[in-house]
Amino acid sequence: MLKIENLNVAYGGIEALKGISIEVEEGKIVTLVGANGAGKSTVLRSIMGLVKPKTGNITYHGKNLLAVKRHDIVKNGITLVPEGRRVFPDMTVLENLKLGAFTRKDQKEIKKDIDWVYTLFSRLKEREWQLAGTLSGGEQQMLAVGRALMSRPKLLMMDEPSLGLAPMIVKDIFNIIREIHSQGMTILLIEQNANAALHIADVGYVIETGLITLKGTGKELLANEDVKKAYLGESVIKLKA
Amino acid sequence: MKQKKTLLTVITIFVLFALVYLADQTLDPYKMRILNLCAIYVVLGLSMNLINGFTGLFSLGHAGFMAVGAYTTAILTMPDVVKGQNFFMAPMMKPLDTAHVPFFLALLISGILAGVVGYLIGAPALRLRGDYLAIATLGFAEIIRVVFTNMQSVTNGALGLKGIPVSANIWWTFGVALVTVLVIGSLINSSYGRAFKAIREDEIAAESMGINLFKHKVLAFTIGAFFAGIGGGLLGSLLGTIDPLMFRFFLTFNVLLIIILGGMGSITGTIISAFIITIGGELLRFLDESMTIGNLVIPGISGMRMVVFSALLMIVVLFFNRGIMGTKELSWDSFFNKFSKKPLAKGGNKQ
Repeated sequence: MLKIENLNVAYGGIEALKGISIEVEEGKIVTLVGANGAGKSTVLRSIMGLVKPKTGNITYHGKNLLAVKRHDIVKNGITLVPEGRRVFPDMTVLENLKLGAFTRKDQKEIKKDIDWVYTLFSRLKEREWQLAGTLSGGEQQMLAVGRALMSRPKLLMMDEPSLGLAPMIVKDIFNIIREIHSQGMTILLIEQNANAALHIADVGYVIETGLITLKGTGKELLANEDVKKAYLGESVIKLKA
Repeated sequence: MKQKKTLLTVITIFVLFALVYLADQTLDPYKMRILNLCAIYVVLGLSMNLINGFTGLFSLGHAGFMAVGAYTTAILTMPDVVKGQNFFMAPMMKPLDTAHVPFFLALLISGILAGVVGYLIGAPALRLRGDYLAIATLGFAEIIRVVFTNMQSVTNGALGLKGIPVSANIWWTFGVALVTVLVIGSLINSSYGRAFKAIREDEIAAESMGINLFKHKVLAFTIGAFFAGIGGGLLGSLLGTIDPLMFRFFLTFNVLLIIILGGMGSITGTIISAFIITIGGELLRFLDESMTIGNLVIPGISGMRMVVFSALLMIVVLFFNRGIMGTKELSWDSFFNKFSKKPLAKGGNKQ
């Protein structure tokens, strides 16, 4: 579905990505894990057209995505849940959801999708008329995901959905990601919380200082000694053992 | 319910015009002038609020757009004889010296020209953000003023234009104000309006929703400039005389004051504060005159009212730091909800 080949991105003289290749297959959850500054967000920024790669290709269903304008990416079926939630604070939950469907004109279907989002996140239904800025962090994340779903994406990209949330809420969010996936959504998930991300991922990539160092299924990577050491924390593993 | 609200709106408009008629019959010219200014400031305030309040672009170029509108209306409505009397330094440029259109058309052309200028300024300047945008637009407005000062054969330079036919009366000003309220109101409630507000709240998120940032920013800016041009044309026609010095930063500041006091992002707030500021500024005029308290005679200090006015504004802004209305609106819904007490009703604000 989405194919990134040999992507090379530099900010000024500093290379953030040094030729990485990633493939996202339809109907899969693909996750990209790595530490701060490894280049995770740069991958997403390149897909959204926010940075111009030096070399490399991004194709989506065989189409060159680098030639698509930033605001047309959503129309092509790719939606981003931005890092740090970024809901519209002075608008109500409902208005936020409606803005998610900004590129669509089919009012009836939009109404249906709002109801669908409310069944996924019943908490949002209760707070329909509340300003998004007054929601808790977890609710805001739910809203950000719901808002992204309103554009009816074929590929949903999430940038650090667990950022700054309590462990209990993180669990909820990941359950919801799984739920959305089971309804047929392809998901590209970018996470620092490698443990949670790899548990739900079909395919995982480990990215370090701009290079893909490991690739495998979620389970393989969870069992990998290097990944355990670097991202999962040895103490936890020892406790389990 | 919807029909009921439309009916109420229509009735309100009729009541408004009945009051305008009554004012026209009973009030003296001084009071009429103030009312006219109120309506013009509603137009100007709304046009600036669309740019600064709803779309969140901190622009200070309003005086420039108003100058374009005021000069266009003046040049297109002045009779040939008056033009000849005005342009004694240098004769007026050829097709303009005999150009004439009806007042309505002149206003429309003023708006369109100001809109075009707005577009030309906006296209490069809107790549900037925040303070930088403010400085750039302020600079452009000054450039417009300086250019007008030096285009002797078109604008009569620093001498200004005198004897502009006073076509703007209370019907024109209130009529234009009403049209502006209706147009900007329906724009804000359309999907464009939602995109404007999204850009104000969070540009990155707005862009992830597929909103074309640049297109919407330029659109808001151009429409704002359009109405600023019309407001400027009305102002010139009401005063009967204009010169480049009128369109200094102070004019922009006046309009900015209105939208900050009324609430950035509130149409009704802008209307209310346009009236408060215009009428308030006149009511405080007694402060400029000499006063006698008992045996004590205080000589008048001219400009005193502006000091008091500014102090009052500071107090208001300190205690209502989002303006009178914030981003809220007075609407029939909120009016009914005051009485019905529906908990978090649809569109209501009862918690």
